[in-house]
Amino acid sequence: MIAMDPLAAEVSDHLKRRARWSPLEVCFWVFAFATIWLFPGKHLILTETAILALFALSLDLILGYAGIISLGQAAFFGLAGYFSGLIAKYGLVDEPVIALILSGVVAAALGFVTSFLVLRGSDLTRLMVTLGVSLMLGELANRYSDITGGADGLQGVTIAPILGVFNFDLYGHHGYVYSLVVLFVCFVIARRIVYSPFGLSLRSLKGNALRAAAIGVPVKWRLVAIYTIAAGFAGIAGALLTQTTAFCSLDVLSLDRSADLLLVLIIGGTGYLYGGLIGAVIYKFLQDWLASLTPQYWQFWIGLVLVTIVLVGRERFDGGIRAVRGALTRFGTRLLTRLPALPRAAPDGR
Amino acid sequence: MLTILFDGLAYGMLLFVLACGLSVTLGLMNFINLAHGSFAMAGGYCTVIIVNRMGVPFALGLPLAFLVTAAIGGLFERTLYVHVYAKSHLDQVLFTIGLVFMSVAAVDYTMGSSQQFVQIPEALQGQFDVFGVGMGKYRLLIIAVCGLLTVALQLILSKTRFGSRLRAAVDDQRVARGLGINVGAVFGITFAFGSGLAGLGGALGAEILGLDPTFPLKYMIYFLIVVTVGGTSSITGPFVASILLGIGDVAGKYYVPKLGAFVIYTIMIVVLLWRPQGLFARNIAR
Repeated sequence: MIAMDPLAAEVSDHLKRRARWSPLEVCFWVFAFATIWLFPGKHLILTETAILALFALSLDLILGYAGIISLGQAAFFGLAGYFSGLIAKYGLVDEPVIALILSGVVAAALGFVTSFLVLRGSDLTRLMVTLGVSLMLGELANRYSDITGGADGLQGVTIAPILGVFNFDLYGHHGYVYSLVVLFVCFVIARRIVYSPFGLSLRSLKGNALRAAAIGVPVKWRLVAIYTIAAGFAGIAGALLTQTTAFCSLDVLSLDRSADLLLVLIIGGTGYLYGGLIGAVIYKFLQDWLASLTPQYWQFWIGLVLVTIVLVGRERFDGGIRAVRGALTRFGTRLLTRLPALPRAAPDGR
Repeated sequence: MLTILFDGLAYGMLLFVLACGLSVTLGLMNFINLAHGSFAMAGGYCTVIIVNRMGVPFALGLPLAFLVTAAIGGLFERTLYVHVYAKSHLDQVLFTIGLVFMSVAAVDYTMGSSQQFVQIPEALQGQFDVFGVGMGKYRLLIIAVCGLLTVALQLILSKTRFGSRLRAAVDDQRVARGLGINVGAVFGITFAFGSGLAGLGGALGAEILGLDPTFPLKYMIYFLIVVTVGGTSSITGPFVASILLGIGDVAGKYYVPKLGAFVIYTIMIVVLLWRPQGLFARNIAR
């Protein structure tokens, strides 16, 4: 074994400490899995939330960590959605899990190819190119309606049981458990990526690409890599939607989907992985509530939320969430440190 | 063939009038305004109300649409947009998309979701036949009005004091401020004027483009193409870009109707890859 030089040891120690799961995170996931038994009647909307959360996670990887504004994340979502729908419809790959991974790979391939378009130009150019790619896919899906079903959507998709055992039932119980597990696995992967040295280099090039290049970060290839990975995640989310609903329509590729996604991430906060998840939960229930109040015009209120967030200042929202998180973490750790000493801990009047 | 060219020209002219306000705001304040189409829609609906419901003649309805939209634009600029200029591009995109969503739902609520038509006087319907080329009278009017506007804009920009202030502010905002130009005021006026033009375009184009609550979302991409492809440093760039886009779109829909807008998006991406700053951008070192 090679003896580490003390500085490297210190850095790696620091990184390991940063990457440790905090009690709050454990609580979050325990609660998330507890919803399977807590809200059995709400599984359909919870499934949508989980998918949206995964989709938002993919955008957060490129927006929050690499600083690329994209209005075209729906391209990957939609491509994989159609892909998984088609292979299920024609029985090419019956096993949903394998189909899911394949769809992710297909979306990642598209992400890899289009990432080179995104490397160039200013924010506006990126916005236009990402938007253009998803619109092109939308036009293609519309054009080849004999394959995709066009405006009527892809019909006749039957999804085989998961792992050959669990059927997709009408109430979406198995579908929800499946989505949640996929979300968790993807989250763990994303978490690993973000806390790795690779993730740190992404942060550095988001902060200042020129300086990052100067200390030897290959800016271009890092961006290509993260864009590809994020595309794969978005693809898995899209495939999940198709698998759980056994349906896929043109709106998976629409601009609204990409725009809503931005909103989700903004509500939750960018640049930390839970932003997408929390944002998805808030957004979905906000949407559900608004849609039941005003079925046709909920978009107005969503727009109002966006405008308000920007006018008030995103930093303040982020700051608020961070403050709450910090307080909870402190509370959690205090609770944990006290637990062993519980018998002796007399109420100290606080 | 010539008919396509003619229709495309009319379409392109219309796009230019709709989008030129956007190009100036983008060039001047580096502000990404996705809600530009909402102002165009406001102009369209304004004409519908004025002409159809109140019975004001069409010729008077157009300038009124311009004024009303310019007033709305000015009001929004002073009350809301000013707070967002200094923020990041992401914030600007979010803010303006929010406005688009609100305008779509608000118009849906007040006017209904069906498509609206502006009553065009009979004198403008039908078409001329020139050397075997059918030219719609209304399209001819569009070309005439938009052509005049373009010339007027070019003159304002190049000959008047306000124009030179505006150009100075676009070229280098800080130096312009240093020379005592009130960039904020210049921008406010330009924004209102640009919104007014969008409103006028929306009013004129209601017949060709169709007018329903999803208008801002449907045409947002077209405006952005004009601006990104044309560049933001002059109005010649967006002008050429919108004519090309107009003709390309009409021709594309005529020859390969099933591919729809695919051709346009492909061209846009290729152009942007080739020249990320736009086709006609001067290379200004900033």
